[in-house]
Amino acid sequence: MYSLGVGSLGIVAIISVFMGAVITIQTAFNFESPLIPPYAVGVAVRDTMILEFSPAIVSLILAGKIGSSIASEIGTMRVTEQIDALEIMGINSAGYLIVPKIIASVLFNPILIIFSMFLGILGGYVFGLMAGVVTDFEYILGITYQFRPFNVIYALIKTGVFAFLIASVPAYHGYYTKGGALEVGRSSTKGVVYTSVLILAFDLILTQVLLV
Amino acid sequence: MIIGESGSGKTTLLKCMVGLNEIDEGEVLFDGRNFYNLDFTGKKDIRKEIGMLFQGGALFDSKTVEENVVFPLSMFTDLSESEKRDRANFCLQRVNLPDANKLYPAELSGGMKKRVAIARAIAVQPKYLFCDEPNSGLDPKTSIVIDNLIKEITDEYGITTIVITHDMNSVIEIGDNIMFIYKGDNWWQGSKEEILRTDNKEVCDFVYATKFMKTLKTKL
Repeated sequence: MYSLGVGSLGIVAIISVFMGAVITIQTAFNFESPLIPPYAVGVAVRDTMILEFSPAIVSLILAGKIGSSIASEIGTMRVTEQIDALEIMGINSAGYLIVPKIIASVLFNPILIIFSMFLGILGGYVFGLMAGVVTDFEYILGITYQFRPFNVIYALIKTGVFAFLIASVPAYHGYYTKGGALEVGRSSTKGVVYTSVLILAFDLILTQVLLV
Repeated sequence: MIIGESGSGKTTLLKCMVGLNEIDEGEVLFDGRNFYNLDFTGKKDIRKEIGMLFQGGALFDSKTVEENVVFPLSMFTDLSESEKRDRANFCLQRVNLPDANKLYPAELSGGMKKRVAIARAIAVQPKYLFCDEPNSGLDPKTSIVIDNLIKEITDEYGITTIVITHDMNSVIEIGDNIMFIYKGDNWWQGSKEEILRTDNKEVCDFVYATKFMKTLKTKL
């Protein structure tokens, strides 16, 4: 739980704050028409962070960070016969090594994603004010304007599915590694690539099912 | 001891014996119990009687030396935490590593890793000890220490030990009954004395491959 979740807080925080800031400044830069109210910047930042950036893009980043770590850890255990040592002791090695990682990921990733949403919106607020592209009142009006709580539930459903993929796909590739150090690297790469593709595919499917 | 060239099938045979590889035909008997016909509980009972020393030690990187030795005790016994620690310390002292409890495998030398692996293998007082190339990657002096340790433990605890190796020094040091595997077949079997005098071509090619052994042959 600690290595998979708490260890990712830093990277998630940095990326979320800066993405929130960039989305705020870019949106304000593009909303030059007098027909678009200034609070639309806050609406855009809120919806971008909650609907897509935090659940999907942060999950893609976590797939790279956590996924490669899981695949290489389990792959190394395979090639150094540590998994054989577990089997000799009558332990179901897949259950012993993989299930706790899936549980940790599914339990902790939603916390990371909520943290990311909060920091992204906060980052947009702070940097939007500092850059002078939006006022205090306009931004807060925007992030509260016609807020749909279901969007957060939708994001957390996606996060749960992505969290399962982030732990299980690299674990599978690590577990079935054959060979040596080179193959561990390959398993790690495969795990991250397949997880990323599956996250994008499930993002589309879940969006279609839950939002349309 | 099971000897043979690299790729001849020694490790595969060992993994079949301990149940890590599925077998296509034949049977693996432990005191008359066919391992592959047993249910989960039966297999677990046999695994309780097996200690295994892997080629690279196969110590769990995330656990300390003591935790590595305690691990099989947690799996197979109902001992209390303090009893498990006492047993682990006893086993570590037996392999001459009394002060390594809190170290991690990454902090150990190759020889120390092998000794911790032996301590872990004997922690549950096995009836059978399987060793997969215990000397691989070790210098000659450390190899002899490991060989002697395996021999001492085998005699001391009265266990059956099967060692896989292609190191003829080990065969001469600690071998009793020797099986020579060639291209996956049980090619030759006999005692240490017999293997040094056999005229079987494949066995001779293997046994007398080094200058040292050729010199030894001239003195026999």
